[in-house]
Order: sequence, then C-alpha cells, then structure tokens
Amino acid sequence: MKNKYSIFSLIKNAFSYHENWQRAWRDPEPKKEYDVIIIGGGGHGLATAYYLAKKHNMSNIAVVEKGWIGGGNTGRNTTIIRSNYLWDASAGLYDHALKIWESLSQELNYNVMFSQRGVMNLAHNLQDVRDLKRRTHANRLNGIDAVYLNTEEVKKFCPIINTSPNIRYPVLGGTLQKRAGTARHDAVAWGYARGADAMGVDIIQNCEVKGIKKNGDSIEGIETTKGFIKTKKIGVVAAGHSSVIASMVDLKLPLESKPLQALVSEPVKPIIDTVIMSNAVHAYISQSDKGELVIGAGTDAYVSYTQRGSHDVVEGTLKAILELYPIFSRMKMLRQWGGIVDICPDASPIISKTHIKGLYFNCGWGTGGFKATPGSGDLFAHTIANDEPHKLNADFNINRFVSGDLVDEHGAAAVAH
Amino acid sequence: MFLINCPYCGERDQSEFTAGGEAHIVRPKQPTELSDDQWAEFLFMRKNIKGVQFERWNHAHGCRKWFNIVRDTSNDKIHAIYKMGDKPPIK
Amino acid sequence: MSENLRITNNKFIDQTTRISFKFDGKTLYGFKGDTLASALLANNIHLVGRSFKYHRPRGIMACGTEEPNAIVQVGKDSSMTEPNTRATEIELYEGLEASSQNCWPSVNFDIGAVNNFFSPLIPAAFYYKTFMWPANFWKLYEYFIRKSAGLGKSPTEPDKDIYDNRYLHCDVLVVGGGVSGIMAAKIAAKNNLNTLLIDDKNTLGGTTLFQQNECFKINNSYSNEWIKNEIKTLYSLKNLTIKTRTSLAAYHNYNYLLARENLTDHLDLKERKNKIRQRLWKIRAKKVIIATGAMERPLVFNNNDRPGIILSSSIKKYIDYYGVKCGQKISLFTNNDSAYETAISLNNSGVVVNSVVDIRDKTNSLIVEQAEKLGIKIHWKSTVVNTNGYKKINSIEIMKLSDDGTSVVEKKIKEECDCLGISGGWTPRVHLFTQSGGKLKYREEDNVFLPEKSELDQISIGSCNGDFELNEVIKNSVYSTNKFLNVNNKDYENLEVTSSKEIDKKNIWLLPSDKPFKKTKSFLDFQNDSTANDVKLALREGFKSIEHVKRYTTTGMATDQGKLSNMHALGIVAETAGVKMGELGTTTFRPPYTPLTFGAIVGRNVGEFFDITRNTPIHEWHVEKKAEFENVGQWKRAWYYPINNENMHEAVQRESKAARDSAGILDASTLGKIDIQGTDASEFLNRVYTNAWSKLEIGKCRYGLMLNEDGMVYDDGVTTRLSENHYLMTTTTGGAANVLSKLEDYLQTEWPELDVYLTSVTDHYGTVSICGPNSKKILSKIIPDLDLSDKEFPHMSFKNAFINDIKCRVMRISFTGEHSYEINIQSSYAKSVWEKCFAAGKEFNITPYGTETMHLLRAEKGFIIAGQDTDGTMTPIDLQMDWIISKKKYDFIGKRSLYRSDTVREDRKQLVGLLTDDPNEILEEGAQIVSETNKQPIEMLGHVTSSYFSPNLNKSIALAVVKNGKKLKGQKMFVPMKNKTINVTITDTVFLDKENKRLNA
Repeated sequence: MKNKYSIFSLIKNAFSYHENWQRAWRDPEPKKEYDVIIIGGGGHGLATAYYLAKKHNMSNIAVVEKGWIGGGNTGRNTTIIRSNYLWDASAGLYDHALKIWESLSQELNYNVMFSQRGVMNLAHNLQDVRDLKRRTHANRLNGIDAVYLNTEEVKKFCPIINTSPNIRYPVLGGTLQKRAGTARHDAVAWGYARGADAMGVDIIQNCEVKGIKKNGDSIEGIETTKGFIKTKKIGVVAAGHSSVIASMVDLKLPLESKPLQALVSEPVKPIIDTVIMSNAVHAYISQSDKGELVIGAGTDAYVSYTQRGSHDVVEGTLKAILELYPIFSRMKMLRQWGGIVDICPDASPIISKTHIKGLYFNCGWGTGGFKATPGSGDLFAHTIANDEPHKLNADFNINRFVSGDLVDEHGAAAVAH
Repeated sequence: MFLINCPYCGERDQSEFTAGGEAHIVRPKQPTELSDDQWAEFLFMRKNIKGVQFERWNHAHGCRKWFNIVRDTSNDKIHAIYKMGDKPPIK
Repeated sequence: MSENLRITNNKFIDQTTRISFKFDGKTLYGFKGDTLASALLANNIHLVGRSFKYHRPRGIMACGTEEPNAIVQVGKDSSMTEPNTRATEIELYEGLEASSQNCWPSVNFDIGAVNNFFSPLIPAAFYYKTFMWPANFWKLYEYFIRKSAGLGKSPTEPDKDIYDNRYLHCDVLVVGGGVSGIMAAKIAAKNNLNTLLIDDKNTLGGTTLFQQNECFKINNSYSNEWIKNEIKTLYSLKNLTIKTRTSLAAYHNYNYLLARENLTDHLDLKERKNKIRQRLWKIRAKKVIIATGAMERPLVFNNNDRPGIILSSSIKKYIDYYGVKCGQKISLFTNNDSAYETAISLNNSGVVVNSVVDIRDKTNSLIVEQAEKLGIKIHWKSTVVNTNGYKKINSIEIMKLSDDGTSVVEKKIKEECDCLGISGGWTPRVHLFTQSGGKLKYREEDNVFLPEKSELDQISIGSCNGDFELNEVIKNSVYSTNKFLNVNNKDYENLEVTSSKEIDKKNIWLLPSDKPFKKTKSFLDFQNDSTANDVKLALREGFKSIEHVKRYTTTGMATDQGKLSNMHALGIVAETAGVKMGELGTTTFRPPYTPLTFGAIVGRNVGEFFDITRNTPIHEWHVEKKAEFENVGQWKRAWYYPINNENMHEAVQRESKAARDSAGILDASTLGKIDIQGTDASEFLNRVYTNAWSKLEIGKCRYGLMLNEDGMVYDDGVTTRLSENHYLMTTTTGGAANVLSKLEDYLQTEWPELDVYLTSVTDHYGTVSICGPNSKKILSKIIPDLDLSDKEFPHMSFKNAFINDIKCRVMRISFTGEHSYEINIQSSYAKSVWEKCFAAGKEFNITPYGTETMHLLRAEKGFIIAGQDTDGTMTPIDLQMDWIISKKKYDFIGKRSLYRSDTVREDRKQLVGLLTDDPNEILEEGAQIVSETNKQPIEMLGHVTSSYFSPNLNKSIALAVVKNGKKLKGQKMFVPMKNKTINVTITDTVFLDKENKRLNA
C-alpha cells in the first residue's frame, strides 16, 4: 500500500525534509504476457487500466506509452469539464463522467483540483438561441443542471463580458451549467497512474508500439521498442495516433487527426471566475488557479501530426476574445502550443469493439475528450472486461458509421470540427 | 503557416487555401450497388496517414481551383503539387 | 539619493535630461536612456518584488528579457495599466508609474512572507497531496489559492491604444543586431539581397557596444569603437531595413515569423497620442539568419536568491552602459572567465571588487591575468556556501571545494558585500531555432545545446551557435554567412582580432554547501520559487521525464519561461538520475520568445473591424425606417420594422397580417445566387439536387433540395431555367458560400467531364420580393408592359423585363404562400426599384416586413427553413418531402445514404405540425416533446423547431420533429416546461390554405 496523501503526511514528511516520499508509480520492465494491454498512457488509458483493476478484478495489466504519461492531449488541453450535451447518448456518457469527477480526488487520494466554477455557453445569433434553449430543455429532462440565461443574467454571472448590443455579434443569451468547471490536467494522469500502479498495473513509458501480431482474427500481442509482449486483449487509447495503430492491423477508422491549439496569458490576480465558451465567434476562456488566462483556439482543417497549427487560428481566437473581453487587450500571451486531435465525422467518440477479436478502440474524442476521462475509462474498462459495451457507450460503437445512426454533436463544442 | 505553390497562381500563403482531406477517394460510379459497409468506407473511413499523404487543397481565396498536394503530415513538408486529374508525380 | 551610484563619464545615458518617475508611490529620478531597472539601481533600490510561492524578497537579477524577478505593474489607469512587465525592458519616460506585484501591503512588509516560514510544509506539488478533506471544501481552498496566486492585475477597462499588423517579405532576415548579426546584415545587403535586421533593444551593437577592454580589440582599436563604425555603415546601405525595439516573437514553419515592434512604450505619455502602440510584423523570409546571442547563467547555491545577487554580465552592463554601480563593495562568483570582464570594468570605474570566487582550480587566460594585474583577489577552487541579508545581501560565506566538487572543505570565510555578481557560463539562445522545428545537439565541454539540424533555409551564427570568443565569432559568422548566402564578401577578410581565450572550464550544476543539501534553499526558477530540492523530490517520486519534472515542480513555467532555470534543472536531473544531458533532451521551447500582447496579435481587427458586415443594396432604407436587424452569417438583415414603440411581437403581427391581407415587401437580396451555365448544366443539377431537372422548361422555376453525401438535408432554394444551358440557383443566406464551394468541389474533382461554369452573383443583384393579394396590381404599375396573367406568367415561372430601360428578372415564386413576385435587378438599382414598389404599393398599404414575419408566414404554410427545422440529422423523407426525391434518377448526392439501415427506419424523427390546446399559448422553440409526463426518466420524442402566434389563423402554430411523427397525427403530446406542462396535438405541417388557392389569388 502506498502512503496516503494528506496534510498529516505532509507534516510528517516535512520533518525528514521530504526525503521519504514513496514513488508515485514504479518504472517496470515489461513482463512477457499481460491479460490486457492498454496502448496509450494518457488520462483515458490510465483510467481504463485503473478501472479494469479496480472494478473488474484484473491485475495483470500493462499501459504502454511511447513518451511520458499524460504528455499528449491530457497535458495540452484547456481542461473544461461539463455534461450539457444535446443527445441522450452524449448526456448519459458525459454526465456519468461528471459524477465521477465530483469525488475523484477522494477516490484517487490525489487532488485533481476539480473546480465546479460553472461553464457558460454564449449565443450570438437567433439560431444559437434556439439551439441553446433546445439543449437546455433536453438537459433538464435528462437531469442535467443546465439553465438558460438572458443577456442580463450572463452579465451578472460574469461581469467582464462585453454584452453591449453594439458589438458585431452581441451576446443574446447563454446557458450555464454550475456543476461544470475545470480540473488540473496533469494531476488526472498522475492520480490514475498512482492508483493503477498501486493495484499492480505496469506503466511502461518510453515504449512505442511498432506492430500488432494477430492470428486470423484474434490478437496475439504487440511488438514494441522494448520487445514483443504477449496478450489477447488490446485497448487502444492513442488519440491523434489511433489511425496509426489501426493501420497496423489494416483497419481504417472514420478519423482525421488535426492540430488544435491553445494558449495561456501571463498570470494575473483573479479576474474571471468561470469558464465561458462561445460557439459563434470561436472563443473559450477560463483562468487557471495559477492566474493564467487559458484560451482554447480552433482546429486547422488539415491532417497534421506536428503538434503545431497555423498562426491564423490563434489570431482568429484572440480576435474573438478581445471582441468579448476588450479589457484583455494589454494582456500578453505567455505560451502557445498544439495537440493532435482525432475527429469523428459526427463529433462524437468511439468506445467500441472491432471486428478483430480482442481489439478495442477508444478514440475520436476530437476537441473535447478531457472532460470524459473518468467516464471513458470506466466504460472502456467495462467493454474490454465483458467483451461488450456498457449501455452508456452502446451508441458509440464503430458500426454507427455503417448504419448511419450517428450521434451528431456538432453544436456541442466551441470549435467547428 | 505553409507556403503553397498553387499550380495556377504560384506561391501563396496558406491562409488563401482550404484543405479538402485525403485525395484519390473516387466517388463510386454506382453507389446503389454498394453494400452499407462499402458505402461507409467511401463516406467516412480515412487512412489519416502519419507520413506522406496525398491530399486535396483548394485555392479558395484565389483562383478557386482544386488541386492535389503530397505532404508529409509528420513535419508538414510539401513534396509535390499537381493538378486534378494528373498522375501523382511520386509514389 | 543617499549614495552616489552614478559614474559620470558615460556615453549612452543622457545625464543632462533628468526624468522623474514613481515606484511604489515614491517619486524618484533617472536619466534619459535608463531602463526602469537601471534607474532603480541608481537609486539603490534592489528589492522590487516578492516570489510567487514563498514571498521571499527578490531583486533585479538581469538586464534584459531573461529577468525573472523585476516584474512590475506599469501605470495606474484602469484601461492602460499593464501587469507583469520586466523593469529591465522598460525604457524610462516622464510620468512612468510602476509598482511591485505579488505583495501586500507592500514589498517591504509583505504578509505573504509568512509562507516562507511554512516552506518546509509546501514542497513542490504539495497541493496534489492535500486540500482533499473535507471533500466539498476544495472550492474554499481554491478561493484562497487563487487569491494568493497570479502576479499583476489585469486592466479592468477596454484598452485605448491601437495596434497594427503588417506583412513583410524579404530575401534575408537577420535576427539580432550584435556583432555577428551586424556583419551578416552587411554582407547580405551589400550583395543586393533585400535584407531586414531586427533587434529588441533600442540600439544595435549588443554587448560589444560597451566592450572597452584591452583583451578585446579589432584592428587595434577597442571593439566598441570598431562596432560603432560598422553600425554607421549599416545605416547607409540601401537594401537594408533596420528595426530596433523589435522582438522576434515566433518562428513558424516555412520561414514565417512574427516580430513585435514597440512604437510608443518608450515615449513620454503626452507624446503617445494617436500613435500605434505596437505593430506585429508578419514576415516571410526566403532565408533567416539567427544571431540572437547567448544568456549568462546564474549559479545554483544556498540562498542564491537575495536582492543584490545579480548576473555578472548585467552588473557590467549597468556600469559600462548605464553608468550605474550595482553596489559599492561587490563580490563576484563564477565558473568561467566572463566575470573577470565585469571585475575589470568595475575596477576601472572605481568600484571596490572584494574578490572573485572561482570554482576552477586556477587558470591563466589573458583576461584573468589582467584582473590579477589590477590586484583583484581571487578565491580559486572555492564556492559560496551561503549568503546573508534579508532584503538585501550583506555578506557571503566562502569555502574551498573538495577535489571532486561534491563537498566543501577547510575554513569558512565570511566576506561583506552589498552586491554579488554570479556567472555560471553561457546558454546560447536557441529558442527561435527550436521553435522553427530545428533539432539540438549537446556540447559536453561547456554544457550547451547547439543548433544541429533544420529543415528550413536558415542558419545560426555567433554565440547562439556556440561561438563565445570574439575572434571565433567574427571568423565563423563571416564564413557561415558567405556560404549560406552563396556570396563571397571580403569586407572582413583581413581583420586583426585580439581576444582572450578561455582555457579552463568547470561546471557544477548544484554547488555544495556546508549544510546538507536537504537543508539548503538553492533556487532554480526564481519566479516560481522552485529549488534544487524540489527537482530531487520529483525524481524521488518517480517523475523521471524532464517534462514531468518541469510540470511537477513548475520549473521554467513562469513568465520568463525558464530562460535562466532550464539548463540547471536539466543538469540536476541528469546528475541525480545518472543520465547524460544529451540523452535527456530539453523541454520544448514554445512561442512566443517573450510574452506578446494580445492587442498586437489582433491588430486592427477589433470593434467594427472584428468581422466584415455585409449590407444589402437596400440597407439604408431599412435603417431610415428604423428597422431592427438580425445577424445572419455576415449579413445584416431587417428583422422587423417597429412603428410607434411596437415591440417585436406587435410589429410582426401587424406585418404578417398586412402581407396576407393586401401586400408586403421583403428585401431578399441576401439569398445566395449562383449563375450556372454550360451544355451540361441540367445534368449537373440532376446530380446535385434530389429531384429531376432535365425536363424543366425554359422560363420555369423549381424548388430543389440539396443533401450531403450522408443523406442529410444541406440546403434548399428555387432554381430558374433562364435558357437552354443557363440556370440561376438560389441558396439560403447562410449557406451560399458553402454551397458554391461544394458544387465547385464536385464539378472540379468528381465530374470534370461536365461542361458547367459556376459564378456567384449574390452581390450582383438586389432582390425585391412583393407578396400578397395586391402584389400583381403593384407590379403592373411598375412594369406596365408585362403580361401578368396566370396563363402568360404562371406561378413558378420567370420573365425578363425592363424598369426604365434597366433590365431585370422577375420570378413568380412564393415563400409565403401568397401571390408573389421577386424582382432581381443589378444591385445599384435595387434601392430605387424598392422605393418604386413602395410608392406604387402605398394605395394598398404595402408593408415592409422582415425576417421574423417571413419565418412566420412560411411556417403557416409548413415550408421548412434549412438550419432551423433541420439540424444535419434530417433526411427529406424525415421532412415528409418524399415527393422531392426522384425515383427515376440513378444517383444524386446523398442518395445512397438514404438506404442505410438507420435512414430507412420508419420511426425516425419526422417533421410535423403542432397545435397547442390553448390557442394563445406560444411554444418555445427548442422545447422538448414527450408522450408521458409521469415517467422517469422521460423519453424525449422530439423538439419544437419553429413556433409563432399566427395572426391570420388567430392561434399559436408550431413545427416540430417527433419520433415516428408521421404516424402520430392527431395524437396528444406534452411539452414539459420548467414550471408547467403544455398540452399539444400533432397535426399536418400546413396550417393555412392547404389547397394553395392564395398563390393565384
């Protein structure tokens, strides 16, 4: 058992100058064989391993990661967490995740700093108003706490928004989900890693998958930079690189991997106490606990694995930010970066079996996967352990692209896919 | 921010162009004869290559012509550009 | 000024122009040419801020962009204040007001300093381990954490300054105007290359500009004199543009670079009026030469963060350039030769140099010998083990190093001082190189990362490429530049260069103390307060990757982005983990190089220029009539025309009634118009619309529905056959551009064999639509010679006509169900035709109506609006428009998708009408529809897409999509609202004039 983190353990360790803290996770060499191998050591992958061990009585599990855990989109996103989605399937999925978030710090004994500061979505034209009202009604009937706000209520909740009717695209209203908010991205990966490791999961970093070995339509193992590892079940949670893994078994996915950029300003004292997303003008913003304004930009329209996007996208986003928050014009961009997001045609994820026995994919989260991390891991673990989906992810199967039963959530993200 | 050598206009900034995804996915001539699986393959399934990819671009804020680009998606380097209907200059 | 810290023989500061400024409310004086930092130091003010976490007193440490501590709030005005500005980069101006950040109530007495007392409890990343109990208290903890975090304060009013963007193309861009950049720019420009040289300082020359030392001479004169002449020559070259105060912010792929030029921040406040504050240059360079120089590293030892501890090269710049003594009794601490240059400069200016503490065993390079000759004391093979002084350093403790450098030996010597200069060697500024995608290599001998491989047309020269000695800088820079530009410039061929060569090198990343490491505070990241022990803790806890260490300890994540801390963090990680530096790699340097103002990035695209506004040619008329407008895409459309304080509902009721009772007039100019010509035009339409087009007669119009390839409704509109091979297609207002792009895509890529030409003519024609029972009479007044009989000009047909010799097209089509005409005329005449119609209709009470009334009128007829009644998940069959799908056509866009297992389901959501039991109850658009109210959870069957109160039917009507709706006609349903449930009945979608009699009325 790992030592428990608390204020008391901090005090105790202070006396020994913090020289006696245990490792948060081991650094094992791969075993010859595992019951399940998770490819991808991001938040979703580590959560999957955690729940496989915790809820499905498995312990011979490995997570293989080509770089360092949490180094992909987990560590690059703007950490917005909410569940005010339109369709029942999505609402079920994301609210399942949100409920886990609400006690995740205690569950993992790791402070993931889940901050329920509310998420506001703004409407800038009449169709936005209709769409947001539709979503709010659907949310209410699905038991999700979103409410519709008129312009005055928007202003009251976040006074720094420019709600003047004279701006180019005035704020006509918005929705607010108070249970929504943000979390500390790195802590999510580290907390799940520490929890999974404590239950015996091997987290193997700097281990790149080079091939998948199968016999007929069954999985036999993976070739990696640390050698061949035997397994009958593989869960792929490789985000932007999902297609790369899929191509190892000649599988094509309905995905395109595109650059998504984000930026932070220099830190300042608290000025914005919530998260605000704006579909029509393409801007979303919050403020980290450290004081940085965290701003999400859009995706580029082309496939790229470079983790770099074009300057136009950043310029466009800041343009929209200054339109809505002209007080930020003198603030300075401290750092910008890009991630690679795997986007599905219907802007909804895939948590699914494939036609290859023992091969499972969890991908297609596009620009909004972070918020689903705990739910995604839980449901993917269920799917892998039982070889069939949980009812909450049944609609997110890969076959929907054949039948046409898509879960179209294009209205859900502030980023046009 | 790429520089793209439009085969009709010459070298221009990326901001004048829009990307149109993977190239050489020919629209089936007889869609009604395809199975749902085959149709889904055409409609949604993409190679999404990390490495050298053939893709379509449009000079949307210029001559509005579509053409093909061979680009390495791992470093965004453009290897070749050719007109619609032309054979790819490299394999 | 209690002490005189200025020397007077200085050439760079204008000591005749005194400038007054305020720091923390106190009025102080400096000179023109000072930075805020140099002026503060001249006033003997070192303490300028408190650190992020422990609130330890911190002073000015550097003289440029790498400054981690002297971060101040500039200005008091709520709209013009600027947080987190480096005092080392602020040029002093009359009226400057600056204040310390992150301290309360003042920098001298800061309550937050209590954190330092608790510091044993709050090591790196402590926050992940606590604040979890009780579970719902994080909100409260977070409130206090947020309050204590953050540095300066954001402005609270909109910025009054203006910013600008410009494009610039050049053959060669030289970044950095030091000695190598100056030579490169000269070589480029003299070889007829269009060259741009930028430097972030207000003058060129770099550190050579004030290098007046016997050890560094060119052609027998001091290097500063030589460079002054070079600069003079540069300004006379005609192919060369020089921009100072211009900082390269980002280096993107394909040699696309962003540079921020500061235009007014150095001016007196009253001189700034109406001037652009900053301009962002968007540069496309054929070739890029990076000559950004190197930064001096600090040394990491116990209590290395006290005010008064300054980088040795900065002390040199303060004395040689600004004429400011950083102290009266200065000690120096070094592992390399460059501190001796500082010692000599200080000595020459009459400052007492206590001693130089050098970790090396002994060395006898030219410069060291010169220092020794001047009688400067040197502690060889020694280290500083501690410093004393709370708000300013007052002494250092020195001990001898053991042979292996891991511990200290012999007796401790205490040396009193009021300033300590530190030098840990030099770090090439490779930030831009790595931003551009370049790969680095590691050079063991002096522990530097250097540019290795780049895909772009660029080179690095000078000290950013690892050349640290003057003769090498000159020789290699000239050679590399000539080779890179493929020229053979001989200007620098026969230079005679004297420079001191560093012979001995030694480096210890974490210097030992007489205290055990675990009890020391050796800072790496001064702003974020992370120490060597924090890094070691991270490693102990299993955070092995350098990115993990960085994130866990926050080293390198402050506003200086680790310029001073990264190398030591890497060194300590490598040493502790037993890995080679080169294998460890670096963390990614991300743009921008220094923080970049949002305003500068956005430039002029704010306020009214945020997005273009498209107005119809009739716009002014609507404005005169005080119409309210709706944004539809980029268009401004008249929404409704209130008269006498009417609200929207009243105006729309009046407009709707008038249109049906007599006559209404609508500006339909925003609808997309695509001119389609070519011998295959009919075939083309067959392929893009669901219905058949070949048999449409010339002069006739037809409604068309366009699908996506996945079978979902995409757009709709009426297309008119103008002649055999000529059609005019209309699209929705918002969809116009996308439809054209989509059609062009299919035409060019899938069906290049078709002879079809597409032209957008949306802006070419204005469209005036008149409808209502009297529309015919009105039109006949305007175009008297046009036969408007139903036989000659039936519904869904078109005529060419003339209004006062101006050709126009008249379509008899209707989106309201009324007898209706649309006149398309060249835009410039549209307003006049509109006014004509209005005048002619006066006797019929012709009423202008906006989009809201248009939506109401069409809803009465059950006509859909693509995008409102559809949402990308509706097929034509779902819309009950099966009639529009041609059964005969072999294929059209989206056809195959209509036959997938999900799209053929009969219980999909389908478009229906809804009537409320209470005819006065108007449903909310977006409200959900259920069949049972007492079940939990309730299954939502669909939602209301359009809803209005119809004045013509005197009841509320709505369109909705409902699961299996086709079969549910007549069924009772419920619309559950927040506080009530509304009873509704599913009906047909057509509420008014089901027989379409009014079309011909």
